[in-house]
Amino acid sequence: MKDNKTAMQVTALCNGTVIDHIPADKLFAVVSLLNIPEMKSNVTIGYNLNSKKLGKKGLIKVADKFFTDDEVNRISLVAPNVVLNIIHDYKVVEKREVRMPDNLCNIVKCSNPNCITNNEPMPTLFHLVNRSEGTLKCHYCEKEKNVKDIELL
Amino acid sequence: MEKRSLVSINDLSREKILQLLQMAEKFEENPNRDILAGKVIGSLFFEPSTRTRLSFETAAMRLGARVIGFSDAATSSASKGETLKDTIMMVSNYADLIVMRHRLEGAARYASEISPVPVINAGDGANQHPSQTMLDLYSILKTQGTLENLHIHLVGDLKYGRTVHSLLHAMRHFKPTFHFIAPQELQMPEEYRLFCRENNIPFTETTEFNEEVIASADIIYMTRVQRERFSDLMEYEKVKNCYRLTNAMLAESKENLRILHPLPRVTEIAYDVDDNPKAYYFRQAQNGLYVREALICDVLGINI
Ligand SMILES: [Zn+2]
Repeated sequence: MKDNKTAMQVTALCNGTVIDHIPADKLFAVVSLLNIPEMKSNVTIGYNLNSKKLGKKGLIKVADKFFTDDEVNRISLVAPNVVLNIIHDYKVVEKREVRMPDNLCNIVKCSNPNCITNNEPMPTLFHLVNRSEGTLKCHYCEKEKNVKDIELL
Repeated sequence: MEKRSLVSINDLSREKILQLLQMAEKFEENPNRDILAGKVIGSLFFEPSTRTRLSFETAAMRLGARVIGFSDAATSSASKGETLKDTIMMVSNYADLIVMRHRLEGAARYASEISPVPVINAGDGANQHPSQTMLDLYSILKTQGTLENLHIHLVGDLKYGRTVHSLLHAMRHFKPTFHFIAPQELQMPEEYRLFCRENNIPFTETTEFNEEVIASADIIYMTRVQRERFSDLMEYEKVKNCYRLTNAMLAESKENLRILHPLPRVTEIAYDVDDNPKAYYFRQAQNGLYVREALICDVLGINI
């Protein structure tokens, strides 16, 4: 029943990945984190779809694309409860959850204005120091912050 | 040879700290050793700090090395908009080791990652200053005969004081008891209290600074209370005189007590303390030389 509803809102996918349960207001952040604007494959983006759990949700379907762990784990920063459905021959063959990576390279901006990363052309790097609390530490200035307060690059 | 830099005291294990302090002891016995004859050391002070620069450059020279560099960013190409990376790459063509101080936090870490030669951090903004922490540890070891099980009283600006935060981190290996003595505005940040709890380091906290509070101290570590930290200048005037150590306050203190201060001091230690044998801050600064000789040798892969 629920599957049918989603299916009615967007067209079916033969092979590829469906990224579901994206909070509507995080949809475009997820789109950008996955580098979707750079992709050549057929992409369907659903925005403000009805969802029992989230009220309004976003959904992304990417044909013929299977993301690596590194690619999908970046999503965890903005939408930790996203589910990925891997589709082969119109069937969901695997459901995957996202997990926050231990190291975040060039994804998060450091909020310390005196940090070298904000003053030199260079990538940022953060380490996840406490997974349950969501504490990140800047590799350079060593300042800590919570994943709730991050700003993406 | 494996490239070894020194960026943060937090990167050093207990064994490594003890090994470096042992090496510093040998340099205290004989500071003039021609170990680095023919070597060139780049001394890059993007931010001026005469005290630290002279100590590092003297250490290099007493080891027989020659020194190139600059003492503030205005006289370097950084003032023409050159990136840190480009300055580091240029100097590493000439020098065997780079000692650097920079106002930006993380500058030394980044330099150590891009530089083909080792980097010693001589201070990166409010972040790290590992040679200061090492000389603090050396001074504690020298005066107490051990780093273990000591009562360490940190006094003054515990909120912004980089040296006390690094000391607290480094002492986690040695079962200390800390006493935080600071005005309300300048209390130890929660992050460091949490650090103590996680590492089972007991600590007490008070805003009172008097004879009684320091009676149990093995080490009193004084810091400067800076005017610019206060939004209310009246409050500053009041606090400034409360966190001032005088000779009279030391009457009942322990025999082995020694008083440390990262220097320069302003008013927080009265001049009448200077002649008390428990005053150790001038010797502490001198220890910086031996410790820096050890650090320079260590990053170059030389053991003595
Ligand atoms: Zn940073």
